[in-house]
Amino acid sequence: MTSISSGAQDIVLRLDRITKRFGALTANDAISLDLRRGEVIALLGENGAGKTTLMNILFGQYTADEGSVQVFGKPLPPGNPRAALAAGLGMVHQHFTLADNLTVLENIQLGTVPLWRFSLKGTAARAKLARLMNDFGLRVDPDALVGSLTVGERQRVEILKALYRDARILILDEPTAVLTPQESEALFDTLRRAVKAGLSVIFISHKLHEVTALSSRVLVLRHGRLVGEVATRDTDRHALAELMVGAEVTLPSVAPGLPGPALLTLRDVTTRSMGAAPGLKSVSLALRAGQITGLAGVSGNGQSALSDLISGLLTPETGALELDFAAAAWSPRAAVAAGIARIPEDRHKTGTIADFSLTENAILETYAQAPFSRNGLMNWRAAEDHTRKLIDTYDVRCPGPSGPIRQLSGGNMQKLILGRVLELGPKIVLANQPVRGLDIGAITYVHGRLLAARDAGAAVLLISEDLDEIMGLSDVIHVMSEGRLSPEFRRGALTAAELGLWMAGQGFSDAA
Amino acid sequence: MNALFDILLTASFWAAAVRIASPLIFATMGELICERAGVLNLGIEGIMVIGAFSGWMAVYLGMGLWGGVFVAMLAGMLFGLLHATLTVPFGLSQHVVGLGITLLATSTSYFAYRLILPEVTSPPKIEPFQAVEVPYLVDIPLLGPALFAQTALTYAAFAVVALTVLILYRTPLGLAIRAAGESPNAVAAQGLSVTRLRMGAVIVGSGLMAVGGAFLTLSAFSSFFFEMVNGRGWICIALVVFGAWRPGKALLGALLFAGFDALQIRLQQTPIGQAVPYQVFLMAPYFLSILALILMSRRAQVPSALMVPFNKGER
Repeated sequence: MTSISSGAQDIVLRLDRITKRFGALTANDAISLDLRRGEVIALLGENGAGKTTLMNILFGQYTADEGSVQVFGKPLPPGNPRAALAAGLGMVHQHFTLADNLTVLENIQLGTVPLWRFSLKGTAARAKLARLMNDFGLRVDPDALVGSLTVGERQRVEILKALYRDARILILDEPTAVLTPQESEALFDTLRRAVKAGLSVIFISHKLHEVTALSSRVLVLRHGRLVGEVATRDTDRHALAELMVGAEVTLPSVAPGLPGPALLTLRDVTTRSMGAAPGLKSVSLALRAGQITGLAGVSGNGQSALSDLISGLLTPETGALELDFAAAAWSPRAAVAAGIARIPEDRHKTGTIADFSLTENAILETYAQAPFSRNGLMNWRAAEDHTRKLIDTYDVRCPGPSGPIRQLSGGNMQKLILGRVLELGPKIVLANQPVRGLDIGAITYVHGRLLAARDAGAAVLLISEDLDEIMGLSDVIHVMSEGRLSPEFRRGALTAAELGLWMAGQGFSDAA
Repeated sequence: MNALFDILLTASFWAAAVRIASPLIFATMGELICERAGVLNLGIEGIMVIGAFSGWMAVYLGMGLWGGVFVAMLAGMLFGLLHATLTVPFGLSQHVVGLGITLLATSTSYFAYRLILPEVTSPPKIEPFQAVEVPYLVDIPLLGPALFAQTALTYAAFAVVALTVLILYRTPLGLAIRAAGESPNAVAAQGLSVTRLRMGAVIVGSGLMAVGGAFLTLSAFSSFFFEMVNGRGWICIALVVFGAWRPGKALLGALLFAGFDALQIRLQQTPIGQAVPYQVFLMAPYFLSILALILMSRRAQVPSALMVPFNKGER
């Protein structure tokens, strides 16, 4: 591999031909890389490319089948998180490793004091934490319970945890997936300070613009192999996307929709809050035929309440929901019957039943109707024919209609869900995070199908945390924050930064 | 009504409440430690039986009373080790393992009893722990005789609560135990072993449960009977919920339940007791406990990872 030459003494981390197999799958195939002092490298790759596996090997959660790791010139014993921490590696996991019932300070101290010592040494820890917060611009209340913090604050705790242990190498796994643009910018600022202080950073992402903004080198993984290493200044997003996918990427050009009448109208709808998730606060919204309405916002700000409402799982406390073409549907079954297509947020938990076959999953919403059921008896032949048709039409790659759906990749699972609901010719399509966790190929496919549904006259509501997705696909955009809905913005009327301010709760008339 | 006030104003009632609470306090702390680390220990009922039996047998065979307590604790820890091995590294169902341990420990006790004492019709008595009066404090009206004229094991029960609070909330070990029950990933990411923490908690907790059982034979009844634990283990499971997984509140719960129990025994001897079938009184503490449980545990903070096995490398 060609590596940009530099003094060998500057190399803080060296992976040498790391290979990891899970059964027949080779998750990492002889991956080698060098990380130098004060450098940010980006590890780019689609889901399943092997990024997280590689980092888990580095951090001792997995043991590599072949290859070795050197940190500051010394070999790192495999399969030992404690040794990785002691060697100066700090990991910021995508799914935070924090205990909700402990305070910020307690979470940070966890594991830093020998277990059999009879004191936590709170004062010294507090002072060190205060200094780190100051140096790296990471403000958070040390005595707050982690359970009460926002996602952005939790991430700061996760970073502080690594810094508190004097990490010299920070590894961040998809750190911006859950942040607003402003929070991401603050994170980048923190990382720049860290680099200035002599730390090295590995930044794992599949978002091209972040990769190019922060790193000096980009390493691209595909199907477990390192397929390219480029200096960031010598490349561009398009070239990186091609490296990542391994083929020419043509993003669909989105022609504006031809809006028709409002098919679904919410008037001043308020719903009860559910636990920590806020309810809707006098939300008015119109979903028009032939138009994609994008709903941006950090998750947990009332999106689930809105999607439950439209799915028929929730009734408004005050206000009204009106359908243009049918009586308002207050049960999921009535919603399906009225022509509301639901693509649920979590395809594993609510979209499918993992151990059911593709056929059973394909008729989950229509099993009680002809031809799948006659006189109270299932007609499995009809159901299976229908499923075969969906598999063909929607390009679901699978062994056949009778295997359990859990064997499918996320993308293929989502294609089957799309087929299940879109074949019914819906009036309204509720797409809640439809491409979360999918690779570029599947994303392009799902987006194409949503656009086709729009062009066929459906009103599409696209709920997403990904601003690029919202801005690329929507004809009109709303932002949700703490249960409130922003006014409607035409496509292109606001920049990402302006949308980010709305996401952070600014601009609402009743802003607290 | 007057009869009730009379009972509440007698020192012997309060002393009985504290005495009845003692085994519950030991076992509740034991269960609480297990659950705080993320393991539900339904072996508690059987572990109390083995504690009651082995402690008593050790003393009968010639050991000192504290020797008996020690033997009971060891026996409990042994069954705790079995429970922990099956539920933590093997990740088996905590319900099934727990009930299995209860059946195994109970029948082992009965079996050993018959092996050692094949011909005996009524179980032999031992010389139990005697009450120790704390000078001066015992003279406080009502409270004095209730709290400061108890056996050494009752004092130990309160000391165990204090120690549990201290360890859980003031030491690095306690921090790690609480984190293991809430987010084992956080523990593993900090380089600590979730397996060791959970196994340790289950073993120590089971030891405490067994001491709770031993209180029955070594301090309360001076002998061992079949069925003598009589559901106390299950009560302790409820007390942990009642206490919202906090040692102080769980102590209060144990005292409250024991208070009801002491009260119903005395109410049976009053004129009301003549009119109402005695089974109603026997039922009362459980009924009142369920009521209190409903009221208290609404906002309880259940350890998030309770009953969730932790497998390294899985997320």
